[in-house]
Amino acid sequence: MNASLNTWSDALSELYLFGLPIGLVIIAAVPLVFIALYALTYGVYGERKISAFMQDRLGPMEVGKWGILQTLADILKLLQKEDIVNKSADKFLFVIGPGVLFVGSFLAFAVLPFGPAFIGADLNVGLFYAIGIVALEVVGILAAGWGSNNKWALYGAIRSVAQIVSYEIPAAIAILCGAMMAGTLSMQQFNLLQQGEYGFIHFFLFQNPIAWLPFIIYFIASLAETNRAPFDIPEAESELVAGYFTEYTGMKFAVIFLAEYGSMFMVSAIISIVFLGGWNSPLPNIGPLALNDWTTGPVWGAFWIVMKGFFFIFIQMWLRWTLPRLRVDQLMHLCWKVLTPFAFVAFVLIAVWEIYVK
Amino acid sequence: MQELEKAEYSSVRVTPKGEDRVIIEKDLSSEEMILNMGPQHPSTHGVLRLECKTDGEVVIEAEPYLGYLHRCFEKHAEMVDYPGVVPFVDRMDYLASMNNDFAFCIAVEKLLDIEIPRRVEFIRVIVSELNRIASHLVAIGTYAIDLGAFTPFLFCFRDREHILNLLEWTSGARMLYNYILIGGVAYDLPQGFKKRTLEFVKYFRPKALELQKLLTENEIFVKRTKGIGMMPAEVAINYGWSGPMLRGSGVDWDLRKEDAYSIYPELDFKVCVPDGKSSDIGDSLSRHLVRAMEMEQSLDIVEQCLEMMPEEEGFDPKAAIPKRIRPKAGEVYGRAENPRGELGFYIQSDGKSTKPLRCKARSSCFVNLSAMKELSLGQLIPDLVAIIGSIDIVLGEVDR
Amino acid sequence: MEDTQENMPQSSEVIAAGKVWHVLREKFGDAISELDENPFMPFFEVRQTERWREIALYMRDSASLRFNYMACLSGVDYPEEEMLGIVCNLESLGHHGHKIAVKVKCDRNGGTIPSVAKVWKTAEWHEREAFDMYGMIFSGHPDPRRILCPEDWEGYPLRKDYQVQETYHGIKVPN
Repeated sequence: MNASLNTWSDALSELYLFGLPIGLVIIAAVPLVFIALYALTYGVYGERKISAFMQDRLGPMEVGKWGILQTLADILKLLQKEDIVNKSADKFLFVIGPGVLFVGSFLAFAVLPFGPAFIGADLNVGLFYAIGIVALEVVGILAAGWGSNNKWALYGAIRSVAQIVSYEIPAAIAILCGAMMAGTLSMQQFNLLQQGEYGFIHFFLFQNPIAWLPFIIYFIASLAETNRAPFDIPEAESELVAGYFTEYTGMKFAVIFLAEYGSMFMVSAIISIVFLGGWNSPLPNIGPLALNDWTTGPVWGAFWIVMKGFFFIFIQMWLRWTLPRLRVDQLMHLCWKVLTPFAFVAFVLIAVWEIYVK
Repeated sequence: MQELEKAEYSSVRVTPKGEDRVIIEKDLSSEEMILNMGPQHPSTHGVLRLECKTDGEVVIEAEPYLGYLHRCFEKHAEMVDYPGVVPFVDRMDYLASMNNDFAFCIAVEKLLDIEIPRRVEFIRVIVSELNRIASHLVAIGTYAIDLGAFTPFLFCFRDREHILNLLEWTSGARMLYNYILIGGVAYDLPQGFKKRTLEFVKYFRPKALELQKLLTENEIFVKRTKGIGMMPAEVAINYGWSGPMLRGSGVDWDLRKEDAYSIYPELDFKVCVPDGKSSDIGDSLSRHLVRAMEMEQSLDIVEQCLEMMPEEEGFDPKAAIPKRIRPKAGEVYGRAENPRGELGFYIQSDGKSTKPLRCKARSSCFVNLSAMKELSLGQLIPDLVAIIGSIDIVLGEVDR
Repeated sequence: MEDTQENMPQSSEVIAAGKVWHVLREKFGDAISELDENPFMPFFEVRQTERWREIALYMRDSASLRFNYMACLSGVDYPEEEMLGIVCNLESLGHHGHKIAVKVKCDRNGGTIPSVAKVWKTAEWHEREAFDMYGMIFSGHPDPRRILCPEDWEGYPLRKDYQVQETYHGIKVPN
């Protein structure tokens, strides 16, 4: 399998048209283009529609059929907006803030395998890289909040930094549990290890009786890392107006928005790769019904990982439109006194399982 | 009076149970920052400005500044005749216009000494209780938003829409009704009002329960509100609190019972006071619970009124309105139970003019808000938002 | 109309107010006026304005009165008497349930009324409002500022002889 995979991607990456490395560009670009499209249109549109259905209303209905072009119209609007940099802002920080955020969120996609062949860079420390590069967002948020020279933005930025840095600890330990089960940090290897004819049985979540604990811990921590409700205190609109992006307008605001949806997909993809088999089909082969074989392949792979990502994004939205917001100290309490100890417990238990039982 | 003074201001947040305390390191050198919350801020419910002195997330002191919506109600009232004041009264607490009209008419009718037809009294109680439900729905919905839950807000507004439709059908306006007039009401209830209102009551009962489940059974909601903004009963009375705020502090006090105005003494309803099981008496959660329970009592009242209301063919609701409203010389303080508390009008008449010599509105929000400064001492910013939300101010009534 | 009212038996509210007045009369003597026993709002006047705070404190704390709730405090202008005043509607909430109104008057120009903001905390904002609208000084008030009008507004809008200033920060004030 490993060999065939390599031939696939090797063949594609050696595709030269008119002397240009078109194949490499395709490999790197397809996921990114997809994400940009997804995040801009379906993410925002989906959020608006899902929230609308949860709240007994219709959501956008005017632009296109069922309002499907609403996001395009929004982008057009945002592009035309005046780009305001307020007078007393630290202009350098104010401008690079959204850039760093965006870059931090999208650099991680480089190591995200969208299928046996679609991967930007199959690093042997892919998982480590993904966690590390997502943490770069903190710098962007702090730059945006500080550079705005606005007290609300400053509050938002400081809350956000405290929150993301804190939640990185349970998140990283939970991910480490996954890495222990796999014995590797390569994202592609994770997928390959969870491959098998029984579908979901091979996923790490079902391979280990304790795996659900780091799974839940990582999911909760990832909500906090992406500033989603109930942990959206950095942008708590009823407290801090809009948090660290209070002063942003036009495309800069759109970029921040895009980065948020990008990292939402990123954490959803990471959780599905580490615990739920990534691009592997969850369907098992049942006798003559070779469901697993039928639903495996490059396109199916992209389909599965995107569907798994969407599933977690749906849960994120569901929570956001259901739960109130925690207070700052309650958030920290949850992180340091609940999630971190449980993450350590999970770490030890999984280590014991991997060494002595398996 | 001593309870609040005991609280240490900046170092420790006072919570009933010690485990939740936030202790701020006093050794760290820190600077105080002045933070202006409002007048344009999502959770000040209008144009209130709080000048907060903050130390990190802790609000050391918050000074409310009012007057951004001051529309000179009292000056206007001295310029127009008595029936002309009613539309101005509508615009004070724009979420409960019917109740405002009711309170003002009670005050003037006291001076006029006129007999109100029984059916008019029923109509008045029905519309003002419906308006009370609508107002509490907004209060609960916006409170949920303050705490970050968006969905209950839209549920509340969906149900409020039904009430607005009913009231629009009755009075012709959606929010500022000018319906209850001195000595009567503007129109009789429309044909089929009883049927549709009963349908609404039947529809709304399970929805109220659902709302209750969505909020008061939510762990995060309870955590955010329980023990926050504690107001002991003695201090609350001293601050002149009234309505759900005072009842939230455990004082069994409802003007509908105490003053027994209109036909309330004939109706069977109970005054909602928190039992202290799910909330600490006097905290934000208690005030929220009182509002939630009151909605159900109001539904009961509406049902009873619809049953008891005398049906009269060709009823003229304006029959008792005097041709010329010129009260005898004297002073009166008339009041009624509004969704936000006691709305009182002090009216001075010289007996010669058709205009009031003085008309002071004792607005419940104004008085309730005056405790804000003391409630905010040493709270976190998110708690400050939770407290403002639980006071449920309407700036139109605060500033008049 | 006039006759019917005089013949009417006094309502329980007025009788209760009468009892309260007797207690106060015994304690403060001539400092308070006769009780005006009208059926709408029985009230008495504080003749010695400077004793108002003392009377207020007694009304709040005396076991037989217990006026713990101040429903309303309204500023009033009496142009004929060249006086300004306040009307306080007091109530004993949860104790005796009786109500009474108290009037305190002061000079129209620079008159002072003792502040009762420390007695009833609710009076703090009510007094600020009365000052804002009528301009009487409340001596001993913890925070004597305007409340509804801007800090630099000229004149006191609810006085009967009030003239609107022509411009405010260069903006014409509509009449």
